[in-house]
Amino acid sequence: MIEVNRQGEVWVFAEQHLGKVEDIAFELLGRARELADKLGVKVGAVIAGDSIKSVCEELIQYGADKVYTVENNLLEHYQTNSYTKVLCALIEKHKPQIVLYGASPVGRDLAPRVASKMKAGLTADCTDLQIGNHEIKKTGEKHENLLLQIRPAFGGNIIATIINYDRWPQMATVREGVMPMPEPDSKRKGEVIDESVSLSAEDLPIEIIEEVRREKSVNLKASRIIVAGGAGVGSKENFRMIWDLANALGGVPAATRAAADLGYIGKDYQVGQTGTTVRPSLYIAIGLSGAIQHQAGMSESKKIIAVNNDPDAPIFDVAHYKVCGDLNEVVPQMIKAVKEKV
Amino acid sequence: MAYKCIVLIKQVPDTSRITGEAMNEDGTVNRGALPAIFNPEDLNALELALEIKEKYGGSVTAVTMGLPSASEVLREALFMGADDAVLVTDRRCAASDTLATSYILTRAAEKIGCDLVLCGRQAIDGDTAQVGPQMAEKLDMPQITYVEEVHELTPSRIVCRRNMGNGWQRTACKLPVLLTVTDQANEPRIGAARRIMKYKNAKTPAEISKEGGSDEDIREMKNKGLLIGQLNLDDVQADLQWCGRDGSPTKVHRIMSVVLTAKESKEVDSSAQGINDMVHELIEDHTIG
Repeated sequence: MIEVNRQGEVWVFAEQHLGKVEDIAFELLGRARELADKLGVKVGAVIAGDSIKSVCEELIQYGADKVYTVENNLLEHYQTNSYTKVLCALIEKHKPQIVLYGASPVGRDLAPRVASKMKAGLTADCTDLQIGNHEIKKTGEKHENLLLQIRPAFGGNIIATIINYDRWPQMATVREGVMPMPEPDSKRKGEVIDESVSLSAEDLPIEIIEEVRREKSVNLKASRIIVAGGAGVGSKENFRMIWDLANALGGVPAATRAAADLGYIGKDYQVGQTGTTVRPSLYIAIGLSGAIQHQAGMSESKKIIAVNNDPDAPIFDVAHYKVCGDLNEVVPQMIKAVKEKV
Repeated sequence: MAYKCIVLIKQVPDTSRITGEAMNEDGTVNRGALPAIFNPEDLNALELALEIKEKYGGSVTAVTMGLPSASEVLREALFMGADDAVLVTDRRCAASDTLATSYILTRAAEKIGCDLVLCGRQAIDGDTAQVGPQMAEKLDMPQITYVEEVHELTPSRIVCRRNMGNGWQRTACKLPVLLTVTDQANEPRIGAARRIMKYKNAKTPAEISKEGGSDEDIREMKNKGLLIGQLNLDDVQADLQWCGRDGSPTKVHRIMSVVLTAKESKEVDSSAQGINDMVHELIEDHTIG
């Protein structure tokens, strides 16, 4: 636990794998920059690993004022205990007021461990972060300039704003893809600070025997146009229509969890709370009812077309274009119209 | 070598079946209007613990923190094959966030004693996945999160495969260790009829007293193996400053129910003409093309 420090920096844990910084770290730096500017403090990125010097400049370009590096060959591969030790040591030394992590398998493994050791608060899977004030109604006690940690809860049915005013740092994990990726600025200047944390074999209780990483077969986050099918598409064969429409539009296909579970398409294509969060220019939702868990992953899309034969389907509540009809007629017609005009 | 396993389970509202009636006017969830279920991934954790016990011997104790009515999921754990069940219940646990919950459950796990701690990756009411790792830190145990499969278990070491989202890792670790288990790990078994017949009568001391039972009745239930253990914060020697609201750094600032609506929306006729006009409009405003 560290004392409340109003001058504390806003920190981002910069997750890296084999010397390459993960996208989520840049997304976090973009928002950290805005939060820090509001608070009038600096942005710090913390990076640990074996040879990481080459990426410090990149972290500065994406918004860091300071990059704290902990270079040690024992940190080459992420391990819970060793990385927890590094983070806690740096937090105790520099007393940041906010520490952000990606809600990735690594961030969700590390952040609670750090929170437990620091006896600090932690909010999981935030979809938005802001600075704001809080008043305790009973006592009238006011807390200003707190981190508002905004996240869906109860399966996405409510949005909760969480704060922690008395035990710092204020920490949160943030979902991948929900914060826009900032533009790097090659003129930005920053400071690289070497730190060292002593580590021993005891801090590495896990033996990594084998690791297989695979690139996702599709990059939904980078797609301008997404055509998503749900269980209502009916069969894997019928799902071919979704591909055809996506191809005609120069977009990519996607699916709800239900459709992916039915094997219509691979899990990499899943959009929603348990899949990828997307914000394309156009999202076409076909044969999907729009469960709140799915909407959590796509409601930020600029334009939404919904095709469904049930006029009461919740997806129509968020759609800009509502096409109530049989998808087996509507989708081929859309393909035809696109091919004729584009 | 036999392992003493603790499985942490949670009774949760079935968030996949939330309807309008389950929301209060102030935007909070009316938990009473939702069916309470066994958190799905905790079933996978329990299944894994039972498989470990069947292969290597030992025991499985299901532990939950919750309201007195959470004894329901403990009975279900007994139906599936748990040897013991313990309910941690105390009014002073109310409003605990994940940090306070991890502290209380750590005190309980230390009192019960264990070689392995298993829990579901996350609970469907909060989806935080935090209590497991937070406990591992307090128990000074290594952790393996997102476990999909146990490959090997020897007296000194466990080898697991864990899901890394964009790939997987095969990792080994000395015991004791805490595992969080995903729904990919196994197919949880259904309670055996014989066990259901026996353990449907299992009760906590509070439930026995409520039905007018005496201390003698409680002892008798214990002798029959039908007593669900019950611990309060004094029993686990918890320091109250780390429990409940006082022990929780995170507080709720605001809750809103989700009402998503498009700002401008248009009904499109599903005829060929209607579709053509829509596509034309999207080309005009450069959304497509």
